[in-house]
Amino acid sequence: MKKELKIFDNPKNVHFFLYIFYASLAVLLLVDLFIPKHSHFKWESVPEFFAVYGFASCVSLIFIAKLLRRIVKRDENYYDK
Amino acid sequence: MINSCPPAFIFIIGAVIIPLLRGKTKSAFMLFLPILGFINLLNMTEGTYWILSFLNYNIIFGRVDKLSMVFGYIFTLISFIGVMYAIHLRDDIQHVSAFIYAGSALGVTYAGDFISLYIFWEMLAISSVFLIWARKTQKSLDAGFRYILVHMVGGLVLLAGILLYVNTTGTVEFNFIGLNGLGSWLILIGFALNAAIFPLHPWLTDAYPEATVTGAVFMSSFTTKSAVYILARTFPGTELLIWLGAFMTAFPIFYAVIANDIRRVLAYSLINQVGFMVCGIGIGTKLALNGTVSHAFCHILYKALLFMSAGSVLYVTGRIKCTQLGGLYKTMPLTAFFCIIGAASISAFPLFSGFVSKSMIINASVTEHLVIIWLVLQFASAGVFHHAGIKVPFFMFFGEDSGIRAKEPPFNMLLAMGIAAFFCVFIGIYPAPLYRILPFPVDYIPYTASHVVGQLQLLMFGALAFVLLILSGYYPAELRAINLDVDWFYRKGAKAIVSLATGIASETAKLCNYVFIKLLPAQLSAFSKKPVSYLLHLVNCRQTSTFTFFHQDIELSTRTPSGVPVMLAIIFLSALALIFFIA
Repeated sequence: MKKELKIFDNPKNVHFFLYIFYASLAVLLLVDLFIPKHSHFKWESVPEFFAVYGFASCVSLIFIAKLLRRIVKRDENYYDK
Repeated sequence: MINSCPPAFIFIIGAVIIPLLRGKTKSAFMLFLPILGFINLLNMTEGTYWILSFLNYNIIFGRVDKLSMVFGYIFTLISFIGVMYAIHLRDDIQHVSAFIYAGSALGVTYAGDFISLYIFWEMLAISSVFLIWARKTQKSLDAGFRYILVHMVGGLVLLAGILLYVNTTGTVEFNFIGLNGLGSWLILIGFALNAAIFPLHPWLTDAYPEATVTGAVFMSSFTTKSAVYILARTFPGTELLIWLGAFMTAFPIFYAVIANDIRRVLAYSLINQVGFMVCGIGIGTKLALNGTVSHAFCHILYKALLFMSAGSVLYVTGRIKCTQLGGLYKTMPLTAFFCIIGAASISAFPLFSGFVSKSMIINASVTEHLVIIWLVLQFASAGVFHHAGIKVPFFMFFGEDSGIRAKEPPFNMLLAMGIAAFFCVFIGIYPAPLYRILPFPVDYIPYTASHVVGQLQLLMFGALAFVLLILSGYYPAELRAINLDVDWFYRKGAKAIVSLATGIASETAKLCNYVFIKLLPAQLSAFSKKPVSYLLHLVNCRQTSTFTFFHQDIELSTRTPSGVPVMLAIIFLSALALIFFIA
């Protein structure tokens, strides 16, 4: 049997990656305040617009998808019946 | 152009030769064909070539310009990658149909007239259906039949449109069409079906997950992208396409989030990505069309890469549903790595191919001041990272350990994924060669500080939403279930129509049986035996208002087979009498 990778079996490693992830988010928020913006729409130059929009998009995506599932979900053999 | 021939012919004639070869010669020949095709493309110069006269019409197999060349390059490149991925297969049907399929896509690309376009268009559908059927399961057989039926309907609509259009213009040659009159609408519907534009999309999400491991790679590349090419040529700047395209980017991501089959998730994200291209065609500016073409180029590579990695998992584990997979990175790190490169590319991370192409389309919506479209496209960009960027690698390779310990796929499959991954990263880092072959001169710089940071924020905070929802348990659980889409109307509707039709038919048959086999012959035979008493009986019935027949005679004649000949004879004689009187 070939050697297995088990890097994510250790919760410490998972937490380590999560901390790096959170840190990179903080860096992105910080950097955004200092870069020059050239925008056509006014909210494009609003500080941290993309962070808020990206987060809000994905949260609403999940909740709408959950609602959608209530309507369209069927048994796996639905069409074979 | 003496040194080259129509690119489609190399693939189609090559396809015919494949079954004649064996062993390593066959593999070498199959890998050589796309290379030959590529050398052939390099020898082609812009212009119109290979014109054939047919019934006073000019059939043009070689409209060579910048737009068709980009698609020629990418279709040839992806054929090479797809063949490399499939080279271990000992299934001539799949090999031959894949080559004819690729040849048809090239035929569509270089067609300068409606006749050759239509022939190659139909060949696309016919050759690709074998890539579904070759899986040899009942599900794939059924899905293949639905696929071919839908495409035949689309083809007929296209044909009707072409006939109307040719009738008004008087020529089969085409270029820009635009929406004017019924013919152009029908042509647009025919093209839109292949581009999987809502609501004509469900054939794609129905069929692609049922295709073979290697077939899905080819299918993800050719049908929709040749439709994108033809729409970019014939309907650029059609405002309707802006809205349809934007809707296409948004609605599939909801389905992708709740789909269980990984290849169905990829199929929905394919529609989402084609939505960006359709939107770009609708905007129709030089920047938007450059964006559409370059995005098609990049998309073919990373979507094929994603289908290859999902296909590898299906190939080695026999499973493809989120509920059955997880933790595969432990024994399949290379496949996981390639999948992540594909996921990063489709999500348009900086330094990956999607970043340098999709942003051109989004930027075009900015320069045209389409605020709502811009917001929808940004939403879809965040959403695509969510399902194709995170969900696909996460549920296959990470997430909850499924206990499966599968080996990496064969070397040729890894190599094919490696080549596609290389191009995804190469284009992302160094887009200049891609920009050089686009239809219009490129005046666009993807790597500006605000763009990179904005895009990273959009993606990373979308990822944050995923992390928080997963950790808090709000993320919708993966379920063994399917989700209804527009195909419900024809999958259930067809059954309803069939049962209605058989109901009507069987009732009509019963009625006919009663009237023509039982009732009429019996009455006629009774009449011919004793005409006077029969008539008297009828008159009596009228008088007593109880209308009964000679029941004993009905019984008699139904038992004797003479009823039918007698009836036929009487009908024949009556007809003769009628003709005699009229004449």
